Amino acid sequence: MPLVNGGKIADDSFAKLAVDTPLPEGGDILVPAERFLGEADALLKRTGKVGVIWPNNRDIGELVPYLGKIAVVALVFPTFRDGRAYSQARLLRERYNYRGELRATGQILRDQFVFMLRAGFDSFEVKKQADAEAFMQTAKRYSVFYQPTGDGRITALHRRMQLRHSEGVGT
Amino acid sequence: MYAYDEIDRTLVNERVSEFRDQVKRRLSGELTEDEFKILRLQNGVYLQLHAYMFRVAIPYGTLATNQLRALAHVARKYDRGYGHFTTRQNIQFNWIKLAELPDALADLAEVGIHAMQTSGNNMRNVTSDQWAGVAPGEIEDPRIWSELIRQHTTLHPEFSFLPRKFKIAITASDHDRAAIKIHDIGLKLIKNEKGETGFEVLVGGGLGRTPFIGKTIKHFVHGRDILSYIEAILRVYNQYGRRDNIYKARIKILVHELGIEKFSREVEEEWQHIRNSSLQIDDEVIEDIRSRFTYPSYEKLPHMPDELRQAAADADFEAWRKNSVAPHKVQGYSIVTISLKPIGAPPGDATAEQMDALADLADKYSFGEIRVGHEQNLALPHVAKRDLPALWKALDKLGLATPNVNLITDIIACPGLDYCSLANARSIPIAQELTRRFANHELANLIGRLHINISGCINACGHHHVGHIGILGVEKNGEEVYQITIGGRADEGAALGNLIGPGVKFDEVADVIEDVVEAYLALRERPDELFIDTVKRLGVEPFKERVYATR
Ligand code: HEM
Ligand code: SF4
Repeated sequence: MPLVNGGKIADDSFAKLAVDTPLPEGGDILVPAERFLGEADALLKRTGKVGVIWPNNRDIGELVPYLGKIAVVALVFPTFRDGRAYSQARLLRERYNYRGELRATGQILRDQFVFMLRAGFDSFEVKKQADAEAFMQTAKRYSVFYQPTGDGRITALHRRMQLRHSEGVGT
Repeated sequence: MYAYDEIDRTLVNERVSEFRDQVKRRLSGELTEDEFKILRLQNGVYLQLHAYMFRVAIPYGTLATNQLRALAHVARKYDRGYGHFTTRQNIQFNWIKLAELPDALADLAEVGIHAMQTSGNNMRNVTSDQWAGVAPGEIEDPRIWSELIRQHTTLHPEFSFLPRKFKIAITASDHDRAAIKIHDIGLKLIKNEKGETGFEVLVGGGLGRTPFIGKTIKHFVHGRDILSYIEAILRVYNQYGRRDNIYKARIKILVHELGIEKFSREVEEEWQHIRNSSLQIDDEVIEDIRSRFTYPSYEKLPHMPDELRQAAADADFEAWRKNSVAPHKVQGYSIVTISLKPIGAPPGDATAEQMDALADLADKYSFGEIRVGHEQNLALPHVAKRDLPALWKALDKLGLATPNVNLITDIIACPGLDYCSLANARSIPIAQELTRRFANHELANLIGRLHINISGCINACGHHHVGHIGILGVEKNGEEVYQITIGGRADEGAALGNLIGPGVKFDEVADVIEDVVEAYLALRERPDELFIDTVKRLGVEPFKERVYATR
């Protein structure tokens, strides 16, 4: 599956570990939530970055004590119909101020990119190569957003206020 | 009327171009049907029995005449010349070709109409009182808040893939015409002791397989906090709503399983985190939206103009006026309900010609505005009383002056087996037969206010649970059977109806309804005791006896 990171197709330096895969010497690793919580100290001590794969039905609050030390949080969309990870993403970004890589994994299609970017994701394991290639174009599809979210894009309501005020200044 | 600005128009156009691309990818096979399904649903496109069905949003039921003409144009150019107004302030077209859908959407976008989120597991078209802004005694025009919520919930990045569909309805009147108690969230605009505007918030109402009347979750949420409060409810729902079983995925089940106290504690906790965020609405934003609703410049008119006095001699006019004309908040004006329930026709259908002609009449007599109500009727919201006789004549010519609003032939019915792939039974032919049985206006008038609601399956698109008489089609041994309930209502006193006994066959339904009505006429205490009140006083038993004694 191609990885899109920072808007471009990129190599994935992270090796995905199962619950029982032996720990490699070095290198970046992505580990499932329960393993991470069980061995956090050991994992964080080794060289190489650590990321966590967090299921969409587990309280993201449990991850908060570690957020400063992990490089990637990978949230899961078991199907594109299941939107729980959008809420987790916004909580990570907006409530817990997580600034590391936030990765969308699972069934990721181009039709969700805009929603995901707005919820705070910045990297994507995309299911289809063509969708990964269409990333930039798809991400720019919308220029108007109605809701305030932590992605910093200005909302329609505020754009209107700005327009109104700038008109006011001119007259 | 609310005027879209460049910003709103840009979003709608961007949506159309995205959908055009999605349709192209589907037609080329790049998208599987499974992948495409959710995308088309988010754009109001269903795959039905005969063809694709296209559902267009009419937010809070308000239409401008150019918008109604655009709907007529879609009916004519892309469909078979008619459309079907639904119980959700939408219009459906039943015979659209997939390849032409992007063009139809683009044509609608030109007049600020879209089909975003009229379907799918997201926040649906926000509905409101069809008399908003003109009903005497309302707190304020609920459409200002409806529009704020419409914007906020459109393409919401967190809540576009919820466990199940999600519907919000708003009213600002004590008499609830928006059926807020059978919505996932119902909002009632109120003022607190300090005179501040806010909402009583209800949650967990809904019909379908497991019907519930909504419960009050909070008695007062200040207007400035309403978006954050809704967001808190949705976040709790998104997290904990069931996804293992679509029949148990609606918020009503979550509220029921947790209990309203526990659910409201969860919401309260979430809300405290976000209520002082950028979701808080400042007055300036509300004023901006308010300023884009324009209202007619009403004239100063007499309460009783000569034209009306003279027309009163015409019995047919009077029958219509008594039935279809309601008081307006401005003296000299009326709200006129237009029945889309002519005798013998499918409830809620309008032809392209009727839509065009109505648009002309609205330009002439109602400041260019039309409303759509959940009873599948239309309304002209600002008719000068002196124009009522002329309007009536014109409506009559169009077949739109049936004087049956709120009477027994003003039936709400889903499409049922004639169009719907989920149906177990026919709805439209039952409605047609009943309108013929009760076509006599004197009889219907004698019976008084009586709502019949018909659904062709348990999904309850025809709101059968909350019909004064509810008719539900089910399937039994390969045959259509109809279960009949009485005592439901969808207004401020919302209640679910009770079954009167075993289901009856298609051919028997009209007879049974006649029996129920005869029983009521015999049992009522006074001529002005409504059916619904008689049922409340006596319960199901006497009706059951009357119906089943001879069967
Ligand atoms: C013809 C295509 C249609 C399909 C496939 C369809 C499908 C459904 C389904 C599956 C439900 C049950 C949802 C649930 O309880 O979770 C439902 C409910 C509903 N539909 Fe439809 N429907 C159709 C047409 C209509 C029409 C024409 C109307 C209005 C006349 C309508 C209005 C409603 C309403 C009011 C509900 C109940 C809402 C609630 O439970 O809160 N639908 N529909
Ligand atoms: S109630 Fe059933 S039959 Fe009627 S429209 Fe809804 S899904 Fe179809």
